[in-house]
Amino acid sequence: MTDAQRVTAESARFDWFGMLARFAPLIFLVALMIIFAVLEPRFMSSINLFNVMRQVSITGLLAIGMTFVILTAGIDLSIGSLLAFAGLVAAAVAKGGMQDRFTVGEGVIGWGWELAALAAIAVGICGGLLQGLAITKLKVPPFVVTLGGMSVFRGAALLFAAGGPISGFQPDFTWWGQGKIGPVPVPVIIFLVAALLAHIALRYMRYGRQVYAVGGNPEAARLSGLNVNWVICSVYVIMGFFAGLGAFVLSARLNSAEAVAGTGYELTVIASVVIGGTSLFGGAGTIFGTVIGSILIGVLLNGLVLMNVSSYIQQIIIGVIIVLAVAFDTFAKSRRRKA
Amino acid sequence: MPKHVRAAYSISSLPAPVGQAIPFLHRKRRLMTDPKPLLKMTGIAKSFPGVKALDGVDLEVASAEIHALLGENGAGKSTLLKILAGAQSPDRGTISFDGQEVTLGTPQDSQKLGIVTIYQEFTLAPDMTIAENVFIGREPGPRFFINWPKMEAETLKLIRRIGLERSPMTLVRDLSVAEQQMVEIARALSMQSRIIIMDEPTSALSSAEVEKLFRIVRQLKSEGISIIFVTHRLEEVIEICDRLTVLRDGRNVGAGTVAETTIDGIIRLMVGREVNALYAHREAGEVGPIALAVEGLTRLRTAHDPHATELKDVTLHVRRGEILGIAGLVGAGRTEMARAIFGADPFDSGRVLIDGEPVDIRSPRDAIRRGVGLVPEDRKQQALFLAQAIRSNLSIAALDRLGRFGVFVDERKERDMVEEYRKLLNIRMASPDQAVGNLSGGNQQKVVLARWLALRPKVLIVDEPTRGIDIGAKVEVHNLLFEMAKSGIAVIAISSELPEVLAVADRIVTMREGRVTGETMRADANQEKLMTMMTLSAASRAA
Repeated sequence: MTDAQRVTAESARFDWFGMLARFAPLIFLVALMIIFAVLEPRFMSSINLFNVMRQVSITGLLAIGMTFVILTAGIDLSIGSLLAFAGLVAAAVAKGGMQDRFTVGEGVIGWGWELAALAAIAVGICGGLLQGLAITKLKVPPFVVTLGGMSVFRGAALLFAAGGPISGFQPDFTWWGQGKIGPVPVPVIIFLVAALLAHIALRYMRYGRQVYAVGGNPEAARLSGLNVNWVICSVYVIMGFFAGLGAFVLSARLNSAEAVAGTGYELTVIASVVIGGTSLFGGAGTIFGTVIGSILIGVLLNGLVLMNVSSYIQQIIIGVIIVLAVAFDTFAKSRRRKA
Repeated sequence: MPKHVRAAYSISSLPAPVGQAIPFLHRKRRLMTDPKPLLKMTGIAKSFPGVKALDGVDLEVASAEIHALLGENGAGKSTLLKILAGAQSPDRGTISFDGQEVTLGTPQDSQKLGIVTIYQEFTLAPDMTIAENVFIGREPGPRFFINWPKMEAETLKLIRRIGLERSPMTLVRDLSVAEQQMVEIARALSMQSRIIIMDEPTSALSSAEVEKLFRIVRQLKSEGISIIFVTHRLEEVIEICDRLTVLRDGRNVGAGTVAETTIDGIIRLMVGREVNALYAHREAGEVGPIALAVEGLTRLRTAHDPHATELKDVTLHVRRGEILGIAGLVGAGRTEMARAIFGADPFDSGRVLIDGEPVDIRSPRDAIRRGVGLVPEDRKQQALFLAQAIRSNLSIAALDRLGRFGVFVDERKERDMVEEYRKLLNIRMASPDQAVGNLSGGNQQKVVLARWLALRPKVLIVDEPTRGIDIGAKVEVHNLLFEMAKSGIAVIAISSELPEVLAVADRIVTMREGRVTGETMRADANQEKLMTMMTLSAASRAA
């Protein structure tokens, strides 16, 4: 067969499996929503749906950052700990120090939510940068660096908080977590705007091309003149940014920051990204998929809660779903290779 | 593909008239002192998608003989060895061992018969001891336990037999390359081998180590073990082998005794085809000033990459508008040189000059900034992002030219660029958004070439530019190289196919074992001359 014939044959044959694999998360999400709607009428109420979205928005923000990391075939296990630490720093800034950690109202001399948000994001970015440098300069695998980071940042958070939470913020601070614009909760808007920006970065910016290239084939990327180490370091900084932003929104929503916040988030977040179709081997995945994956996990947990399924069983279900999602990814890949 | 192109090229696939102009072949009957050879492979054929690797190959190895298996790169040696090792099964043909017909479906089948292969890249576990490596998977001892004293004692016996003066409990990591090879040999002996296949066993050894290896090989022979010896160093064939089999393009082109042949005779057999029939020549155009010069480039072997060929004092240059061909066998250091110039690997001493100015290139980024490009030898591993769209693959190195507001990719400009090169290079694709992995090899290679052309380099190094692509696409790639040279680019073309080097290059430099061994104008070169320059050391050529 000549090349010309081969090309026409390829384009003529419609790839049903490929389409199915691409939209599998969305199909699964719709199916799940139908099942819950039938089994539990409360599920489809607008209050509940906005509630789900509000819960999703925090892990969703982290999942956006994690998408960048996983696209380079990396992983970040430290996000929950980094989020707790950044949240405490933001809270301390908002309260103007560590005194009066429970007082609300007139007596508090805080520095305002603006500075608090900046502080949380700065802590996140610094944490991400440190880990990115350890990965690229010390050549330690991301899994190990961020496993270490998970412990370091949690320890830092516990040390900083000296055991207790910091709560009771000004209303303009808590608005970022509890407020609404029209019927839509503010965190949901933050999440969707961030997703849109991340989508634009990955899809339309030079930087996005570099992330996919480094994840798809690091050696080819290096030989094409890309600064591979810089790209790898940058995705951990982006992850750190989202951990900081997530910390700020979470503290605002809970009106409190504590050292044990975000425990186990890495599981939910990595699951969201992987279920959204991003390959753990790097180079393939989309923000759209991550958004769907995050909502899917949120819907699943919410539905199970409504149906009075114990949180222990929920954990088991999430774990199984991660493994199945990766198995599906590997299966789809081997099918593509055979085709 | 136009019909006439195929017609012109089909000559290469014609079988060489076996026996013609090969005097020592006729004496084959007399040599068969052993009527029942130990190993007899008959009519072995094996095809891969698009390639006929073996087309009816015979191989006979007597017991207690050292048999050389020779051929150019791509002649089919590796495929034959893989079949013998049970790693691949032949499409046709029979294998008999010790008079019995056998099927070698798995590596275990081969091992049971006593056929053991020692590969060029060793298969030892570096952090385990010699004894553990020798007996890996076959540790002596009751059931789930290892009888350490017994394993140590037996290993000691084996390694002393071949003269390895080390404790069996030494870690393999702490051994030299030559010693590691001896561990491989000891492992083969522990499996009661009757045939040991050695794939390029001397390529990583010093001359003293080669002597020692040869003593071991002769000793094994005296113990009744047969050796199949694959090498590119023809002097070694003359020195140590008894008989030889030469392959070319997946067929036998000669077999006989070493005593009755000469290096020249072997080279004729290995090369064997008419160059002019294969590829269109081009008229050498005007060449300009020196674009790239390399002086005294030296790269020592590091623990990080122990199998890379060392570069020793490589000096060469290429002019604008010129195509410099680099010829050499596998392991000659051609790729290592290209990577060192391009900044992909560091080097120890020497310097690179561009337009007469010494430059400090530490990374591919630096090289690209200086106008040097590299099309690497392994398209899939080193050049392409297979799952990604053709347009992202094509534009990845030139994103700064497609910028909008500095940070965005101007997709209209990008599509125009893809369209420009699709026309120029005749890339056959359905759409620029198609994954590049779905294209044929030839079209993939064109995408890689387009990536570099889009950067408008001063110097472009192409490493095996037509490996694994069909003959029609080869012509197109060659014509493209001619066009590049015409436009003033200095091209360095590395190829394992001598006809290709002779077709595209204006001037040819040969390399062997990390050194430049000669230089010739294309007009004065032919395959025999190049093969001689590539295979013989300077000393033996002088003699």
